[in-house]
Amino acid sequence: MRPRVQLLSADLIGRILREALELLMNPGVRVGSAVVELLQSAGVEVNDGVARIPKALLQKCVASVPREFYLYNRQGEKAVRYGGDDVHFDPGSCCVQILDRETLEARPSETRDLVRIVQVTEMLPQFAAQSTAVVCSAADAPNAIGDLYRLFIVLQHSDKPVVTGSFSAAGLQGMIDLLAADCGSAEMSRQKPRAVFDVCPSPPLNWSEFGSHNLIDLARAGVPAEIVSMPLAGGTAPVTLAGSVTQHAAETMAGITLHQLARPGSPIVWGGAPAIFDMRSGGAPMGTVETAMLNMACAEVGKHLGLPTHGYLVATDSKFVDAQAGAESARSAMLGALAGINMISGAGMLESLACFSVEKLVIDAESIASAQRLARGIEVRGGDGVGGETLATAMFAQTGLSGEFLKLKETRALFRQEQHLPSAVIDRSARGSEPPSDVFTRALTRVDELVGKYRKPDLSEDVLRKFQGIVEREAERAGVAAK
Amino acid sequence: MSDPLFGAMLQSIIEGAPDKAADLAQQALDSGVDPLEAVNRGFAVGITFAGDQFGCGEMFLPDLLASAEAMKAAMKVLEPEMLKRGSQREALGKIVLGTARGDIHDIGKNLVATILGASGFQIFDLGTSVTPEQFVAKTKEVDADIVGVSALLTTTMAGQKAVIDALDRNGLRPRVKAIIGGAAVTSKWAAEIGADGFSRNAIDALELAKSLMGKGTVTA
Repeated sequence: MRPRVQLLSADLIGRILREALELLMNPGVRVGSAVVELLQSAGVEVNDGVARIPKALLQKCVASVPREFYLYNRQGEKAVRYGGDDVHFDPGSCCVQILDRETLEARPSETRDLVRIVQVTEMLPQFAAQSTAVVCSAADAPNAIGDLYRLFIVLQHSDKPVVTGSFSAAGLQGMIDLLAADCGSAEMSRQKPRAVFDVCPSPPLNWSEFGSHNLIDLARAGVPAEIVSMPLAGGTAPVTLAGSVTQHAAETMAGITLHQLARPGSPIVWGGAPAIFDMRSGGAPMGTVETAMLNMACAEVGKHLGLPTHGYLVATDSKFVDAQAGAESARSAMLGALAGINMISGAGMLESLACFSVEKLVIDAESIASAQRLARGIEVRGGDGVGGETLATAMFAQTGLSGEFLKLKETRALFRQEQHLPSAVIDRSARGSEPPSDVFTRALTRVDELVGKYRKPDLSEDVLRKFQGIVEREAERAGVAAK
Repeated sequence: MSDPLFGAMLQSIIEGAPDKAADLAQQALDSGVDPLEAVNRGFAVGITFAGDQFGCGEMFLPDLLASAEAMKAAMKVLEPEMLKRGSQREALGKIVLGTARGDIHDIGKNLVATILGASGFQIFDLGTSVTPEQFVAKTKEVDADIVGVSALLTTTMAGQKAVIDALDRNGLRPRVKAIIGGAAVTSKWAAEIGADGFSRNAIDALELAKSLMGKGTVTA
């Protein structure tokens, strides 16, 4: 039995969806001019940029979304399954600050920081995908092509799938071209997508010009899209968790409608980064249990509709890699895994997504491994001549009352499956065997070890030339000089 | 006397495969390989490697025990021939082991016995809840070099001191070294009761025992 946590009754999900459909008729949803014609041709009334989308069309569009799809690695193998109860994790994105390991202060992130994050992520099996985790400073790449540049760096340093996104409507094509160059062709990129693109509505109920544009461009390119709706309960959304989940459902269904009208059957994810609104600071606290509950509940609605899901967890509001960071991140990793969310972004993030820490990333990897272990549940193991026909009696038949379980072949054959064996980031040593150290110190060592073992993928000269050509072309288009 | 054979021996220990190790030992004898050389260039290299791997966290207790079992299986085949040739592997030392009086927790003590035994020490395991008198008697009987007393409980740790005091009373120390181990044992406690050393785990215990014998590495 796979353990699951559900927060919503079937009855409540029904109410959430009914009200979400009502919201999309009244007050309706604000949309960008790029999609007005598309909506009108489907019979949707659009006045002053506000569309009222009827129930029948919404249901038809939700029904045409693929129930599952895969992301592939550079070798063309299936690496991430978006669908069912599969759970994957990727680092958070995309802040502009990094916690400096020497000064312990946040400073603007640079290319070298992104490379280090990618190297560490590449080495950790807990992360099924990379993310374009931090923005590189303008000294490294002009802001106008910052989105493209991040993907350019990640593709050069990783074989894993990538969770990414563009910063502007015009920036998307260059990124799609990079992915096509990486796998050989645009057609191959559609057949075996390597990346998924986050697209965000602006709460409440607003698909901006940029967001609308991205949705239809991604649909037409056949590149997977991931809607990241982020209602802030009490700030930009109803204060009740149920009310915010309803707004999330309305924003996400509206996005799906724009997307599926552009190209029915194109892959898209029911995702989000919902949070509560902090009534002291006015911020969006990512480490709170209510934020985790919102993510779980939003995914539950998506699962009810049979759609691939995403959430934003494993992050903290602390500014340091401290006990608060550990507690908040580990808690939400557990909850996200128990909710069966297909892709959980957010690891490595501090300060309510404002700052990234590579050291936190390796600590979070341990929390994620524990969450993954929990999500597998308690299994009856056996076969291959190591028992399983009985739970304990066959092993006792060998040991009697001697207690010598450590010597049983079953022990050796099964302990790696039964127990998550943590890296040295987690301290379980007996006092006296190692000099005492805190988790941040151990994380520093672990990061160095992983970076030391990392090997850069071997990209062909041809692909690298194409990458360079795309970056130069896009820099010219944006009117800036590529470096 | 091929290198691949020694390589396979080493591998059988790392894999923790007793049947394979015994087969290879037999093969060595059948093809006229000196059994002592089979130990020193093959099997013993494997057990040292396994210990190192355990020490750096790459191998785990069940793996280490399986390696020790494989070592034992190989030695069982080789030892009669070594005896016959008079080229018996020189024991690194004789160790009397047991848990302190009143303490029946023996996982740690058993691990130490297995690993040190597989590494070339001659082990005399007195089992659990051993009295100081029993430790002294066995030490005299076998002319032991080291006495190891294990205690898990803070309440039975006093038993470690009782053994050391008994060894002193019988005039066995400093020739006989006394070492202690157990979850609650600290270097401070070891110093307080006048032990010659303590260790945190079986691999550290191996290093400790070797250093007390003045031997850094396994020799024949």
